Amino acid sequence: MTATGTDTDRSTDRSTGRVTDTDRRAERARRRAAARAGSRPVLTRFPVPARVLGYGLVVGVGLLYLLPFALQLVTGFKTDPDAAAHPLALLPTTPTTAAYQRLFGLSESAQGVPFLRWLSNSALVAVLVTAGRVLFDSMAGYALARLRFRGRSLLFGFVLAVMAVPGVALLIPKFLVLNTFGIFDTYTAMIVPLLVDAAGIFIMKQFFESVPREVEEAARVDGAGVFRVFWSVVLPMARPALITLTILSFQGSWNEFTHFLVATQSGQYETLTTGLARFVSGGLGGGTQYPLKLAAALLSTLPVAALFFCFQRYFVNGANSGAVKE
Amino acid sequence: MALSTTRARSAPRTTGAPGEPDSPGAAGTPPTARDRAPRTGRRGEGFWGWLFVSPMVIVLGLFLVLPILMALWVSLLHWDGQSNPFSGQADFVGLDNYRALLTEDGLDRTLFATSLRNNAYYVLLTVPLQTIVALSLALIVNQKILRARGALRTTFFFPSVTSSIAVSTVFLFLFQGSGAVNSLLSWIGIKGPNWFADPRGVLSMVLGDLGVVDPEKPTGVLADHSFMGLSWFEWLSGPSVAMCTIILLAVWTTSGTFMLIFLAALQDIPRELEEAAALEGVNRRQLLRYVTLPALRPVLFLVLTLGLISTWQVFDQVYVMGQGAPGNTTLTPAFLSYSSGFDNADFGQGAAIAFILLALILCLTVFQRWALRERGERSGRKR
Repeated sequence: MTATGTDTDRSTDRSTGRVTDTDRRAERARRRAAARAGSRPVLTRFPVPARVLGYGLVVGVGLLYLLPFALQLVTGFKTDPDAAAHPLALLPTTPTTAAYQRLFGLSESAQGVPFLRWLSNSALVAVLVTAGRVLFDSMAGYALARLRFRGRSLLFGFVLAVMAVPGVALLIPKFLVLNTFGIFDTYTAMIVPLLVDAAGIFIMKQFFESVPREVEEAARVDGAGVFRVFWSVVLPMARPALITLTILSFQGSWNEFTHFLVATQSGQYETLTTGLARFVSGGLGGGTQYPLKLAAALLSTLPVAALFFCFQRYFVNGANSGAVKE
Repeated sequence: MALSTTRARSAPRTTGAPGEPDSPGAAGTPPTARDRAPRTGRRGEGFWGWLFVSPMVIVLGLFLVLPILMALWVSLLHWDGQSNPFSGQADFVGLDNYRALLTEDGLDRTLFATSLRNNAYYVLLTVPLQTIVALSLALIVNQKILRARGALRTTFFFPSVTSSIAVSTVFLFLFQGSGAVNSLLSWIGIKGPNWFADPRGVLSMVLGDLGVVDPEKPTGVLADHSFMGLSWFEWLSGPSVAMCTIILLAVWTTSGTFMLIFLAALQDIPRELEEAAALEGVNRRQLLRYVTLPALRPVLFLVLTLGLISTWQVFDQVYVMGQGAPGNTTLTPAFLSYSSGFDNADFGQGAAIAFILLALILCLTVFQRWALRERGERSGRKR
């Protein structure tokens, strides 16, 4: 599935070639009839009891996926004792925006929760990392797909190898490098190592290989140099892949946790993920300040959620392009 | 950096003939043949190629390859994170860190064995569960006659795109001792456990209820034999109740992504197959069994191996939900590596654990790629 793939209808070019005309006609007739029915069920409709049962099951499973978010949203507007006493109540007994006021520093400051600092750190890192990845991943992807130079296939092997290296096995190693370079606990340490990612390069290379060469050749004949061709001919054609890459990069860097955990230690560099994790970890102490915790968690998922609802197709492309990560 | 310059050895080309025999539009050799045999370099293409990949080479080299090499060195040291490990101030201890983890009796080995046990149970439960759930969801969402398919797909996929820390926070709230889940259970007359504070192994509880073993004081063969410093009984006690909540969370957050992979494969199944089967008069169950599932076999393998690779890396959820507590039953190798270094200032040990984990995951990945290559590459699915 390339980054441009959408849920197009299956074309019938896979037919074995032994299809006779009558078969084709019959099939066309079947399809027309099915199209009239509004859908194209292969088999007859389910019997009514099965349908009721099926819909019940589907709604039940859907609720399992929605209810946690619903409870999260509601609990953010409860008072602490209310949240502890009625964890399942879908309406706050006494609605309050205290949690949100504390997060935004409008009331007494939230102790140990400098939420606005986390937010600005997350935003800064995510924007810079996304910009870097879009530029560098496309450049590398283009070079690997189209430019001929010595060592190209070796480098692509390197990219494939890098994709296989699990991030969590690098926690200590990454710290060692950042510490040795003397950039541990700086913005540099947070941002620079994330500026390139192998999965993005892979996506872009796949895409550039699917672009017909003729366009580039024509530009070359017109005397455009390598960079001109890349910048003004190829990149504009790569819009869908670039949007996918932008969205995946933003989502990845916004939700990144382990890298920031080992790249920084002081509070001024805490992001939404590391800040929230330190704040809620060791939840064994029972349910204290849950409205505040859940409100912070909700706000930290909002930007990605908004992107998701606007650009769902690209998230789906991402999931199917091999950039599957936990 | 070795820039491959344009090859001076190549035959001199007349200027103004950039487009070689196969000019655009002309029916020439298929492009693959062209890709294989590099034409004599267009001016500066080698230079531009290296320039374009240089950011990648620099960043990945400095922050991915170099760390692995450094960690390899540090895993042979006894280093507390204070001095410079490359100046000879730290003690060189050879393979001691690895020995302490794998062969020598002691606390290090027992902890490492415990983390392996926990993670193994996590893998054993999470991988099949997330695969079954994802496949079921995909089959549901793929039903053409179902209304609101798009909304359902969105619903199931949404948890996958949120931050792992945020959803872990929500699960902490839901699974408190007196939280939402236990309130739900009490409606149907079940007294839920104190999820995150319960270190009891699920298997040992079941066996205890059956009266096979007394979980408090195991006796006989299970208690007398041990492996890597853990008694057989401990190996076989199953995931703890606390670990089960992390398993549930993992299934809930990953099933959406895998559902999409299955869905793409389901839509790849030629309709002719299904229609032919329908004409033969098969029923739904037979269609699923003899047409759909066989067609999904390669993707099923892909999803299973992807799950296997990712479940050995569980870290974020462990960090949020208990950091190994209760009773070290949610400890995983990834978290143990982190805490050895950052909490106990034993970076040599942490690096050694990281290496064992890295080797394990790389083996799984190599196996996956080899197997998928054997099966013939699906377009855009080679990893």
